[in-house]
Amino acid sequence: MAGPKKNKYDVIIIGGGPAGLSAGIYTARARLSTLLIEKGGIGGQIINSEMVENYPGFTNGIGGIDLTQAMHQQATKFGMETIYDEVTGIKVAGKQKTVTTAQGKFTATAVIIAGGAVRQKLGVPGEAEFTGKGVSYCATCDGAFFRDKTVAVVGGGNAATTEALELTKFAKKVVIIHRRNELRATQIMQERVKSHPKIKISWDTVVLEILGDKAVEKLKLQNVKTKKETLLPVSGVFVSVGSQPATGYLKGVLKLDAVGAIVTDEKLEAGVPGIFATGDIRSGSIRQVVSAAGDGAVAAVNAGKYISE
Amino acid sequence: MSKSEEVTDAKFDEMVLKAKTPVLVDFWAPWCGPCKMIEPIVEALAGEYEGKVSFMRMNVDDSPNTAQQYGVMSIPTLMVFKNGQPVSNIVGFRPKPELSKVLDKALAGG
Repeated sequence: MAGPKKNKYDVIIIGGGPAGLSAGIYTARARLSTLLIEKGGIGGQIINSEMVENYPGFTNGIGGIDLTQAMHQQATKFGMETIYDEVTGIKVAGKQKTVTTAQGKFTATAVIIAGGAVRQKLGVPGEAEFTGKGVSYCATCDGAFFRDKTVAVVGGGNAATTEALELTKFAKKVVIIHRRNELRATQIMQERVKSHPKIKISWDTVVLEILGDKAVEKLKLQNVKTKKETLLPVSGVFVSVGSQPATGYLKGVLKLDAVGAIVTDEKLEAGVPGIFATGDIRSGSIRQVVSAAGDGAVAAVNAGKYISE
Repeated sequence: MSKSEEVTDAKFDEMVLKAKTPVLVDFWAPWCGPCKMIEPIVEALAGEYEGKVSFMRMNVDDSPNTAQQYGVMSIPTLMVFKNGQPVSNIVGFRPKPELSKVLDKALAGG
């Protein structure tokens, strides 16, 4: 993890998930000097998926971490540099953009923002206290600790249904707790969870509190229609209630939509010439690896055009 | 060349609890994406703290007992042991500066 070779680049990419890595493959291969700034580790949200089934070209699927590590190697092969640091601000002065991080300052002509989204927490009592003691945000990682136990999954989207199915490999029973009376997941995922003998769905239900002594023992639930409260004994609870675009440092710099995602045009330019947004951080993103990778390519090509203008 | 040593349930007492220096144990499993994500960061720390802190990796799939004994229910979990006692318990991915702080505190006697 050596420091960057210089402070001035053609392109700075913020975020090392599929969108940023794809952008990096394109810009570095186009011989644009490229710096990737990642605050945590390479991979983005998809690393929580043991198997990505819908990324084109992999008949039997590919592991989320394997896919993104390969993308990173591919971009690095073409000359992209990577530093691990957190971006705190972006300043624009004509064609020059200055990106401030916790540890330094870098300038570039184009900036591609690919910071993705962060998993939302439930925000109920017991959640923080029991994180790692039965509260988990990654079924692939932690499912095996709940062999022959009863677990709950909170949420109703693609991530939640994927987690529920993953957990059936270990748990004796999986209860999906969903605040609506229908799932938001794709039809194929809905069919899989509804027909699975180990999965039960608790409709119109929210978690009020996570209870236990040293580890999770039960959930206090409430039916949102009848207001009736119940206790559900579980050994684990997997939180999968969506994610929030990581745009805190961009308020006042770029136009954000109601949920905080960056608004872009058809070039994926974010209202400021030379600043682009890609992947889950972009308003209207369908939040898939393939679309994130596609966004990365679009932004990279348009960044190249902007630089040579 | 990995700077971390593999430790198993059978060797835990000897390699971790009886160690003279603080030991960071990285509980992981092959199926865990975030464990692979944190691996290069732990490796970098192993280089920086060479001689001061020992770094061990424990595969919870092969060695489930120690994880169970210390209540590990989520991976990656990084635990720092000093004089046979756990002094820090970090669950999930954390950036490198945060992990450095934990190690510095363990070395300072915290």
